[in-house]
Amino acid sequence: MNEVPVMVTTMVEFTLDGEAVRVPEGATILDACQREGIDTPTLCWAENLTPVNVCRVCVVEVEGSRVLVPSCSRPVEEGMVVATDTERVRTSRRMVYELLASSVEMDRADPEVHAWMEHYGARPERMGDRSEIATVAQPVKIQDDLYVRDYERCILCYKCVEACGDDAQHTFAIATAGRGFDAHISTEHDVTLPDSACVYCGNCIGVCPTGALAFKTEHDMREAGTWDESEQQVTTTVCPFCGVGCNLELHTQDERIVKVTSPADHSVTHGHLCIKGRFGWQHAHA
Amino acid sequence: MEIEEADVIVMWGSNARNAHPIFFHHALRGVANGARLWTVDPRRTGTAKFADHWLGLNVGTDIGLAHGVAREIIAAGLTDDEFIANATTGYEEFVAFVEPWTLEHTSSVTGVPAEAIRDLAHAYATADKAQICWTLGITEHHTGVDNVQSLCNLSLLTGHVGRWGSGLVPLRGQNNVQGGGDMGALPNKLSGFQDVEDDEARAKFEAAWECTIPPTNGWNLTQMFEAMGRDELKAVYCIGENPVDSEADAVHARAMLERLDLLVVQDVFMTRTAEMADVVFPAALGWAESDGTATNSERRVQRMRAAVPPPGEARQEVGIINDLAALMGDDDWGQPTPQELWDELRTVSPMHGGMSWDRLEAEGGIQWPCPTEDHPGTSFLHGRLWERPAQGRLAPFSCVDDRPPLDVLTDEFPLRLTTVRALDSYNTGVQTEHFPSPIRTGEALSISTTDAEALGLVDGERVTVSSRRGAIAMTIEVEEHLAVGLCHTTFHFPETTDINQITSDAVDPKSGTAEFKAAAIRIDKLASPVAEDRAAEDRAGDPASTNDPVGTHA
Repeated sequence: MNEVPVMVTTMVEFTLDGEAVRVPEGATILDACQREGIDTPTLCWAENLTPVNVCRVCVVEVEGSRVLVPSCSRPVEEGMVVATDTERVRTSRRMVYELLASSVEMDRADPEVHAWMEHYGARPERMGDRSEIATVAQPVKIQDDLYVRDYERCILCYKCVEACGDDAQHTFAIATAGRGFDAHISTEHDVTLPDSACVYCGNCIGVCPTGALAFKTEHDMREAGTWDESEQQVTTTVCPFCGVGCNLELHTQDERIVKVTSPADHSVTHGHLCIKGRFGWQHAHA
Repeated sequence: MEIEEADVIVMWGSNARNAHPIFFHHALRGVANGARLWTVDPRRTGTAKFADHWLGLNVGTDIGLAHGVAREIIAAGLTDDEFIANATTGYEEFVAFVEPWTLEHTSSVTGVPAEAIRDLAHAYATADKAQICWTLGITEHHTGVDNVQSLCNLSLLTGHVGRWGSGLVPLRGQNNVQGGGDMGALPNKLSGFQDVEDDEARAKFEAAWECTIPPTNGWNLTQMFEAMGRDELKAVYCIGENPVDSEADAVHARAMLERLDLLVVQDVFMTRTAEMADVVFPAALGWAESDGTATNSERRVQRMRAAVPPPGEARQEVGIINDLAALMGDDDWGQPTPQELWDELRTVSPMHGGMSWDRLEAEGGIQWPCPTEDHPGTSFLHGRLWERPAQGRLAPFSCVDDRPPLDVLTDEFPLRLTTVRALDSYNTGVQTEHFPSPIRTGEALSISTTDAEALGLVDGERVTVSSRRGAIAMTIEVEEHLAVGLCHTTFHFPETTDINQITSDAVDPKSGTAEFKAAAIRIDKLASPVAEDRAAEDRAGDPASTNDPVGTHA
């Protein structure tokens, strides 16, 4: 009687890049692409967050649809015909990268972002001189010894808002404020982070794809010119505090811990930690 | 996690929002999926703020409340009679035992409105899948074991045990406190929870280990301190524990340790206990400087891996123990690797038998029992109770008496002090004091607005807090919605505020756990600044210290 219930799932069949594909009902087009080994760029999507489909870099063409659809959030329907690598898709994805990178400093974005930009031949410089754009010219917000917020790197993907909110932490310390060009991620009434509702779980840092949110340790090492990811190792272990058993990925450089993450596919954490797990490692070097 | 699929979640004596934040993420996912959340706690905690219902009971009345819920389930005809008949014993006696616990009587004892008790009883009993989760609010009482059993009664009445999504969930406080028990670091158990006093089990271990194992149970921590007082225990090898800071009635604990002929302390920091030691073995951190395993609250065994080398003379604990064994004349142990030690465990502990090192690496974690290599591990226990006939020992109802805290409230000590935890700190603070938390506010004694006004105290005022054990200086923090007569504080900063000088020395004789949750105290205005200066000088006389990597607050 120690059985775990087995879910009975209905399968849905559709056409993906000319091939007949069957997926469980409820699966998104992106899920299907990942199962079929079709590489698809994403920015605002993460496996541990609910899709908000704001970045549009994962768009695909669906027969009968007037506009391109975000693959991350569109469920597969029976008989759907999807194309992921048409000229229209490639153009759209390239434009998304060019527009984002023309207004935001992307040099610390995940390596795959740069690989996709190269893949699609994105040339953000054709949009003009980025240094004159207000979003780029912002000082880094350093308001405590754990986080920095460098909003010149923010692409407004909302992942941090989701992780702070009902996808994980339920603290709701940050949200988008302002409209149009002035839209930005902010604490309530733009108070400093220590004065906000923030509880410093760092789950926003964990999901940020562009380095806009970072450990203070990483920021300081970058400022000092000592941050070197090629010299870093990542070791998975178990958090030393309570009994929940969160897995920690200890990023180490020169025999010191410089950053802590958690695997998004770990059944205990889904990539999310608390302040003790994320920042409580400093006694290792006390 | 199963809690994401529960229909009713009862957090009883658990502020998981602070103490088990990532578990609470899963509980909130359950709420998002439609579960209703109850919290039972004297304080309206961060956890309670997410709940549909908060039952703010009087400290130490958990058994009474559980009996009241049980009686209501019985009286309303909401019991699972098939499960009771086939899987439990002692039902008739239990029904008679809880009969006096009417909603009105329970309400008068616990301070919880009758309607709220009724709502909880009905919701829990009629849910398809319901879980009761608890932590130290249940166990750190002189009736800790009885408290747990009173909650078990509720699951037996309703069949909320041994089924996917339903169950009893004790949330463990330390990353490997479960693993310590699994390995046999208990006075009455060998590895895999086999009884020391079981001749057959002992013979198996004696054959495997080529040694003789004492045939009777050893002492738990509380009994060890008692034995020190009788001069029966003269030498202690203390590994990863800081009793000087973590024991209730700290002055007494220190006096007992001073009686020892020999105190050896093995720790990652020079704790205040280590300061007292004759010999100190500096140890490597278990989680970042050593290889091994840890077992979490779900019985999930996971690998811990060394990421950085230990500093200075600190060494892996396995190596320290092996070298000590060799010096004591037994040099046959060699220098086994953690994997070799694990494989030896698998030969003597059937519940770990199927967990090969390779599987732990590949699968990321396996829940015991896992007897064979083709066994997937076990998500939940006690499914045997749903076999017909039920397999193994039937589950007994427990007729446990409601007994209030032993440190009674009197005119001299009229306020109830309970110890709690902050989100960003851990036990006696030794591991968490090193990171600069922006949300750390330091130690303060929280007191209700009503009590503060009655005592003529204002927020931030320094006061003397006294109990029958001692007195310390503290800062008070006035908390608007705290129950009248209730005070709370953390114990994360023993160097500056040694709470355990005033906590209760009452102990649960069944578990050995001290009643950290219920001391009787008095608050006095600071007589003069001199008194505080003297207190500060007393503290300065203590060796500077850092603290406990694991603490006793299991």
